[in-house]
Amino acid sequence: MSGPVSPAVPASARQAPEQGPVRRRRVRWGDRLLYGYTWLILLWLFAPIAVMIAFGFNDTKSKSNVSWQGFTFKWWGRLGDYPDLTTAVVNSITIALLATIVTTVLGTLMGIALGRYRFRGQAATNLVMFAAISSPELVMGASLLSLFVSLGVQTGYLTIVLAHVLFAVSFVAVTVRARVVGLDRSIEEAARDLGASTWITFWRVTFPMILPGVVSGALLAFALSIDDFVITQFTSGATITFPLWIYGAVRIGVPPQVNILGTLIFAVGVAIAVINSVTARRRA
Amino acid sequence: MRRRIAPYLLVLPGGLWLVVFLVVPLVFMASVSTQEGDVVNGFAQTFRIANYIDALVEYKTQFLRSAGYGLAGTVLAIALAYPMAYWIAFKAGARKSTYLLLVLLPFFVSFVLRTVSWKFLLADDGILLQPLKDAGLLPADFHVLQTTVAVVGGLTYNYLPFMVLPIYVALERVDPRIVEASADLYATRRDTFTRVVLPLSLPGVFAGVLMTFVPMTADYVNAAILGGPANTMIGNIIQTEYLVNNDYPAGAALSFTLMAAMLIGIFAYARALGTENVLEAAAR
Repeated sequence: MSGPVSPAVPASARQAPEQGPVRRRRVRWGDRLLYGYTWLILLWLFAPIAVMIAFGFNDTKSKSNVSWQGFTFKWWGRLGDYPDLTTAVVNSITIALLATIVTTVLGTLMGIALGRYRFRGQAATNLVMFAAISSPELVMGASLLSLFVSLGVQTGYLTIVLAHVLFAVSFVAVTVRARVVGLDRSIEEAARDLGASTWITFWRVTFPMILPGVVSGALLAFALSIDDFVITQFTSGATITFPLWIYGAVRIGVPPQVNILGTLIFAVGVAIAVINSVTARRRA
Repeated sequence: MRRRIAPYLLVLPGGLWLVVFLVVPLVFMASVSTQEGDVVNGFAQTFRIANYIDALVEYKTQFLRSAGYGLAGTVLAIALAYPMAYWIAFKAGARKSTYLLLVLLPFFVSFVLRTVSWKFLLADDGILLQPLKDAGLLPADFHVLQTTVAVVGGLTYNYLPFMVLPIYVALERVDPRIVEASADLYATRRDTFTRVVLPLSLPGVFAGVLMTFVPMTADYVNAAILGGPANTMIGNIIQTEYLVNNDYPAGAALSFTLMAAMLIGIFAYARALGTENVLEAAAR
């Protein structure tokens, strides 16, 4: 097992002269084992991603893209071969954008209230948010469809957005709340002492300080939305998103275009996550 | 005065969204679950409690199977995740956040696409089995897909990060001074682990169980893509009743039964841990 980094000798082993040499070796072997184990699990986690990326370059002749038949770039030039797949991807992206905007606004307001104030109904709010985070998507989807069927609401694009806001809003609220709780309130007091109004204090002092939490929450909401399958399937009606299209194609064979689109979404997601974590570290 | 209404104004939009689209639909689903009729002639409320009995009698196998798969997947996830979370928390040093990002990497690929990739990987004539069959190491009719192993493996794979993260968070919070104190008081490394570190990390394991057992048990994507007719889970039945048969009362009764069974477990957990702690763990 060789990872890109070699395990460092633990500081505790170096600074413990009272431990004999036999003991020290045992400790290091345990660490090595754990290190190898960690990479084994990581490789297991990466395996299907590697397969997804690789089979976007597979020169497959049949509809089922499971056996390797040679390297080709040709599918990259034929990304638009399935117009309904293109529509599905566009739907996924626009739904995620819309849901993210609504979710971020609602979730940020909730997060500020929960992190800053003590009010009646706070425990109930926490409980409902907890229910939204922990209840199975299947039950949320089934109950939403029950509502829509009972009221005669046609399911489609808007009901998907509505459902995505529903399951993502608590995650944003919790993320923002964590940031609000950690704020140094004396900075806001200083702004007030220097004559800033409540409004100015919020926009010029408070908001910039909670912004990293808001951005993380928004990214999380986008990721949750673009990836979602279960609730989407229940609330989609005739509208197709990227995951729904893939699920529908499983029986007849998933074309390499899906692998390529998956690879592109993966690359963009990883890039954004890396940029976010680097800038967060710089800010801190 | 203004301070007193501020938190309510902030919570109101998001809170309303949650109540209208999470709580109200449950009431509608409860109502649908005791109705009779069909999609052509419409459904009428007859308070037919027997819907529940019918559903349980007809699908008790799938209920039990889902619980079994969920349990097996959760136990496997704990076993796989704990050593890894331990290594990242205590041994990864400055690279902790990099490793966490690696654990989260699969989330940048859509859930359905990840599962489809496993189908590629494990296909009878796929890149893993075909070479082994050609080499005579496996019989020609050997297969992994459409078995319990494939479905439980897929469930474990898809939800593993949800187990790693809360355990990591709990281990990360263990005060190194406590571990040192334990060593100073002549505890062996094993005693320090079993009597100090492990008990302190149990809340993380509990949170991880909550975040994996519930979605695993309610999952239907893994069974649909990786499993065969003998692996049908309760989620597949509910999905079929709602979206294929349009038998909403049966689907609603099944969803409610599933939810009731899970709620009992969730509330037991939440009471033991406090909702805020679980929410905090869930948001990371």
